[in-house]
Amino acid sequence: MSDRVFGKTARAAVALASALAAAGCGGAGGATVTVFAAASLTESFTELGRVFERSHPGVKVRFSFAGSSALARQIVDGAPADVFAAADHSAMQAVTDARRTAAAPRIFARNRLVIATAPGDPGGVRSLRDLADRRVTVVLCAAQVPCGAAAREALRAAGVQVAPASEEQDVKAVLTKVRMGEADAGLVYRTDVRAAGGRVRGIDFPEAAHAVNDYPIAPLTGASEPRHARAFVSLVTSARGRAALAERGFDLP
Amino acid sequence: MTAGLQARLVVRRGEFVLDLSLEAAAGEVVALLGPNGAGKTTALRALAGLVPLAEGHVRLDGEPVHRLAVERRPVGVVFQDYLLFPHMTALDNVAFGPRCRGVPRRRARRRAAEWLRRVGLEGHEDRRPRELSGGQAQRVALARALAVEPRLLLLDEPLAALDAHTRSQIRSGLRRHLADFAGVAIVVTHDPLDAMALADRLVVVERGRLVQQGPPAEVARRPRSDYVARLVGVNLCRGRAEGRLIALHGSPVRLETDRPVQGEVFAAFAPSSVALCAERPEGGPHGRWRARVEAVERHGDRIRVELGGPLQASADVAPAAVAELGLVEGNEVWARVEAAEVRAYPV
Amino acid sequence: MTRGRVPWPLVIPAALGLAFLVLPPAGLVLRAPWSTLGARLAEPQVLAALRLSLVTATLATGLCLLLGVPLAWALARGGFRGRNLVRALVTVPLVLPPVVGGVALLTVLGRNGIVGRWLEAAFGVTLPFSTAGVVLAEAFVAMPFLVISVEGALRGVDPRYEEAAATLGASRWTIFRRVTLPMVAPGVAAGAILCWARALGEFGATITFAGNFPGRTQTMPLAVYLALETDPQAAIVLSLVLLAVCTAILALLRDRWVSGP
Repeated sequence: MSDRVFGKTARAAVALASALAAAGCGGAGGATVTVFAAASLTESFTELGRVFERSHPGVKVRFSFAGSSALARQIVDGAPADVFAAADHSAMQAVTDARRTAAAPRIFARNRLVIATAPGDPGGVRSLRDLADRRVTVVLCAAQVPCGAAAREALRAAGVQVAPASEEQDVKAVLTKVRMGEADAGLVYRTDVRAAGGRVRGIDFPEAAHAVNDYPIAPLTGASEPRHARAFVSLVTSARGRAALAERGFDLP
Repeated sequence: MTAGLQARLVVRRGEFVLDLSLEAAAGEVVALLGPNGAGKTTALRALAGLVPLAEGHVRLDGEPVHRLAVERRPVGVVFQDYLLFPHMTALDNVAFGPRCRGVPRRRARRRAAEWLRRVGLEGHEDRRPRELSGGQAQRVALARALAVEPRLLLLDEPLAALDAHTRSQIRSGLRRHLADFAGVAIVVTHDPLDAMALADRLVVVERGRLVQQGPPAEVARRPRSDYVARLVGVNLCRGRAEGRLIALHGSPVRLETDRPVQGEVFAAFAPSSVALCAERPEGGPHGRWRARVEAVERHGDRIRVELGGPLQASADVAPAAVAELGLVEGNEVWARVEAAEVRAYPV
Repeated sequence: MTRGRVPWPLVIPAALGLAFLVLPPAGLVLRAPWSTLGARLAEPQVLAALRLSLVTATLATGLCLLLGVPLAWALARGGFRGRNLVRALVTVPLVLPPVVGGVALLTVLGRNGIVGRWLEAAFGVTLPFSTAGVVLAEAFVAMPFLVISVEGALRGVDPRYEEAAATLGASRWTIFRRVTLPMVAPGVAAGAILCWARALGEFGATITFAGNFPGRTQTMPLAVYLALETDPQAAIVLSLVLLAVCTAILALLRDRWVSGP
């Protein structure tokens, strides 16, 4: 009996909430596309989300930005996501293995490592070789996270031995240490340096080509809005999407 | 150099003002007696240095000590609930003072053991305060205060926390120790029995002021305030005396006394000296009045009757009188007090 | 009223509360890869992280005791103005996200920090990326727990005991050492245990201020976090180790120090 009452109330509440939501979006459906995206995509995807909402009236785009592997784990565990954009293959592979991708993942962007140097460049870093100098404090990502794996690959390709002062949990942590001057230099993605807005200088190095990170994107099974999910993926891979990504420092396939 | 204590204590706390002059000779035991909130404990704390003086001084054997910090005063304190350190044994509690005053550990412990023996607690050295009875804790507290060899010993309601039986035992022990004590001892109490039993002199404090002082017998015989009169259990009134006749203030009743006095006087008479009767008593017009019964209660093997009407007084009568005279609240009865029972003394 | 009978309106929330606290760790135990447990535990990195965790949490607790007990005393007994403000400031690390706490530490004790710069110039000491940095980060986050418990304990002590000690000739320092401190010892122990447990689990401030380097600044929580990136099973094992060691030590200490009535 009380269940029935509660059920009615709950239904009424849901109906009211949907009505309010619909009113808020100006009518037409009130659909929401949920996008799980790697943290490095925050700026570019937020911009693309606004573009998408303008061209699809009544559809809202909601983002969850975090580390790729954490997001992959949430998706595998059943988080309600419509689109997944990862910063590396292995995270996407985990989702594909769990049969949560609705279409084959497509590479839509690439990110390459650069040397980030602290304000004022106290270490006098010009090239990857300078990082081997013991007097230069270097921080890298931990080998367990994508930026760390990439950094080690690049260093191996260059034949440079680096003794890092710390192995950070993600690329933003490396950037923080460099930006605050705790470390003289670190290896981060070009997009991160761009996002840091001038406080940190980025130095390109040729060996970065050996450790380019591919960014795959795929719509997911069980999407509440499969049509809009596919449409968002299309937007990301369109000319408009590429422009937004390039502006943030991504390489394009 | 004057031996003993000379003090004037002025402490202000909001509305309350304590202003008290105290003098005591070495070896003398003074009881500070007064109702709750009279400022007795404040006076004690001021002597110990735990409350700063707004004005005044404390001199011990001629030497001013009121500017000394608490820990430098030659003072020992027994607190109301003893405040034995719960994490130390009885012995360590007593040795604490000597240790703090620079006595080497072993000597301090020997001295503490000796003090415990003197207060009759041999064999209790290793007990913690929570393993001691109330009476034992009181004696440890006394030993702890005496072990610093103070020149001024302060006791704040030293017997208040004890039950009646223990109390009388501890009281006699305490009296012995106070008699042996060479310095000045000040005992704060609101219990007249403790005060009479322990002190050489009573100092009665009310609302921060001294109202009366003197040897216990003198204070009991000639109370000078309602509080003291109640404490010692006598009826007290004020009036104007002409020869042997006293016209009471605020009452049409006149009392007679058998020794002539003049001027403003206190008149005191015991409840047992008030006779009650149904008919107007024989004899002259004085010392008789028509009273209203306000309360009747048992008082030992007598009955205490509180009388209202023209003169507020208490009367003690035999139980049989209650029925004979119809002593019920609201009834009226004649009261009489003879001249020989009235003590009159100048204000 | 009989002791131990819980009134029924309390039973259900109490049971729910217990379940809420116990089930997640129980889930770890259930999901643990028991067959490979031994092999994983033998990895030198695990032992190094565990040892570092225990050492730094203990040192941090020592530091908190050294600084926190006097601070708690000042809060409980000091008559200074702005005491409430100071008390609020003491609890800031509790509400500050630990990562922000780490950044805050960098701004003061970092290589370019207000104090850190001077430390490096005068003594050649740099705290970030060092074990000392781990200890500081843990102490920063854990100290409020100690200060709050000790202050509470101090407020529970009748100040007249301190007066009694003063009349016996004890200086303020002697009173603190021989009367106040022993009387609040259970509170100090409880606070130290809370503090130690918090320090042991510290992650955010540590990785932000001291970074992550195996054997030097990689404590168990950091190792767990990174293991989670690639090998969730390993993460579970590490968590269990931390859990087991922590529970064992706390149970042991609780029996010895905080023997309640």
